[in-house]
Amino acid sequence: MNKQLINMGSLCIGCGAGIIANEIIKSLNEPAIFVLATGCLEVGTTTYPHNSWPYPVIHANFGNAASVASGIARARKFNQKINKNLQIIAIAGDGATYDIGLAALSGMAERGEDVLYICYNNQAYMNTGIQKSGATPIGAQNSTLLKWEVEQKLYPKSVIKIMLAHKIPYVAQTIPIFNNDLTAKIKKAINIKGPKYIEILSPCIRGWYYEPKDSLNIINLAVETCFWPLFEYEDNQLKINYVPENKEKISTWLKLQKRFTELSKDKNLIDKLQKQINKNWEELLKENN
Amino acid sequence: MKKISLTGNEAVAYALKQVEPEVISFYPITPTTEIIQLTNKYILEGKMKTEMILAESEHSALSACVGAAACNLRTVTATASQGLLYMHEVLTVASGLNLPIVMIVGNRSISAPLNIHNDHSDTMAVKDSGWLQFYAENPQEAYYLTILAFKITNLIKIPAMICLDGFITTHELTKINILSDKEVKNFLGKKDKQKSLFNFEKAPIFGQLSLPDSYLYFRFKLAKKIKKSKKIIEKTFTNFNQKFQTHFNLIETFNLTTAKNIIIASSSICGTIKETITQNLKEWGLIKITTYRPFPKKSLINICKNKEKIIILDKSLTFKGEKTGHLYEEVKEALFDLQEKPKIFGEVVGLGGKAFSPKDLKKLIQKYE
Repeated sequence: MNKQLINMGSLCIGCGAGIIANEIIKSLNEPAIFVLATGCLEVGTTTYPHNSWPYPVIHANFGNAASVASGIARARKFNQKINKNLQIIAIAGDGATYDIGLAALSGMAERGEDVLYICYNNQAYMNTGIQKSGATPIGAQNSTLLKWEVEQKLYPKSVIKIMLAHKIPYVAQTIPIFNNDLTAKIKKAINIKGPKYIEILSPCIRGWYYEPKDSLNIINLAVETCFWPLFEYEDNQLKINYVPENKEKISTWLKLQKRFTELSKDKNLIDKLQKQINKNWEELLKENN
Repeated sequence: MKKISLTGNEAVAYALKQVEPEVISFYPITPTTEIIQLTNKYILEGKMKTEMILAESEHSALSACVGAAACNLRTVTATASQGLLYMHEVLTVASGLNLPIVMIVGNRSISAPLNIHNDHSDTMAVKDSGWLQFYAENPQEAYYLTILAFKITNLIKIPAMICLDGFITTHELTKINILSDKEVKNFLGKKDKQKSLFNFEKAPIFGQLSLPDSYLYFRFKLAKKIKKSKKIIEKTFTNFNQKFQTHFNLIETFNLTTAKNIIIASSSICGTIKETITQNLKEWGLIKITTYRPFPKKSLINICKNKEKIIILDKSLTFKGEKTGHLYEEVKEALFDLQEKPKIFGEVVGLGGKAFSPKDLKKLIQKYE
């Protein structure tokens, strides 16, 4: 079995999506079929006649990765030779998950389809040119920026919580490379029957405006500030996977990314945001106990 | 051959039971809901081994078919009206990926205003999405065409719609001929080996990004495939006709040997037209379009070249600025190259389920006599 993408195709240097795809592939010892939603990962790795994928892969539309995966999951029952180990893995960005494909994802979860759904969240429609998505955080510069208070809440909606409300057997949040957290979660998820949802914060050099060499640094800081805690839910039971010893301030994270230039000037809003992050983190710790 | 009383929906469900597609994916919409209720019942009773996906939307219903069909399995869905329009985005992907999906459409008007009754606005709106389209006149044809669709799509690797008039045909109860399960299975044969996601050694890819240097190639290839499909469809029809004493062709003709004038139409209205011709319109003949995609241009030219008048009856509107329908546009284009053209007229009738009786037809014909 091949253990990585054949190459990164036309993905940007330092792109989180490519790193994530490789981490997923490396975690697999089983045969797998990948379903891609339209987005950077799909476009970057499958431009005809090129194909980076060492596994069978299908891309249909933007908002239907969960539904296409459902069809394959049912088809698996007619393939007696491999049906025990075969994994169906859907990978979609935040636009395809939070917005246009949310109903399809909900349907997949509600029907109990045996699919691992992975959302790589780079917090905007990066492939079409950095437009705001349902996952865009407050103050993040994008090409469709409106007044923050009008268009965006302090915190974007939580698809993690939406998935928890579906009571599916496994829900987790992680980042590309951090103590093998991602690999461990993939390995755990594929041994669980039923719908699984893993959301991965994915750094984007174009949309977040930073130097490619800072990719991993930036993504680690999202965890150290508790903006993006690492946790997992097995049967809706929370486990926090990492507790920072010294929590970093959110302003440190914001400063590294030019998309937050305007926000960084707004002390009031940063204070509000810091308070919200603290509150979320405390709630999470409380739930963990 | 067995004869039983079935509605159009029941006849289609019966055909599906006999075909036993591996995956059915569906979202409820009037007037096709019965098809899936019945097949679900067959599954629960152990009469067919099929995976049933009750999707949360038509968009997802067809998407699940795309996934299953890419694993080289027989898949089917059923829809109508807004449901078909909601699937439109996925329709072009299904054909672009050469997936042999079968879809049953209970033809119904489209919104607004909301109306659940019959016309052809829904399937006409998606006629150019790369799917084959067959129109059934009655429950008997719907039954046969459903079986035929699985054979044809397997041979051509292009998805197909079987269209039957909502309520008129879906709910019409008639006695129809039923093939035995064995006859159906033998006719369909084994599914061809083709590109499949289950081929782990080859690790195939479906749905790549294609840049301007290759996109044209793929789209022309699909167009060529549909052009070539005409012969395969004709051959499959002939084969079926010989085996089961049916009369399927790209088009069906009625009273054409003596008639100088022709009515062209499709689906259930053809029953009304045949009856009226037999009673009081001996001067007129009928061409029924069974296969709308691919469009039977050559057959039309051959039949229409020495005729005087042609009236095309449409159950859909084009909104191009004149009150004409889609079939009218297609026939007119098809006959454009004829040296001596018949006079061609178009009429739009029966929208939103408005009844069209033999009396209405006679009145309409009088305008052109």
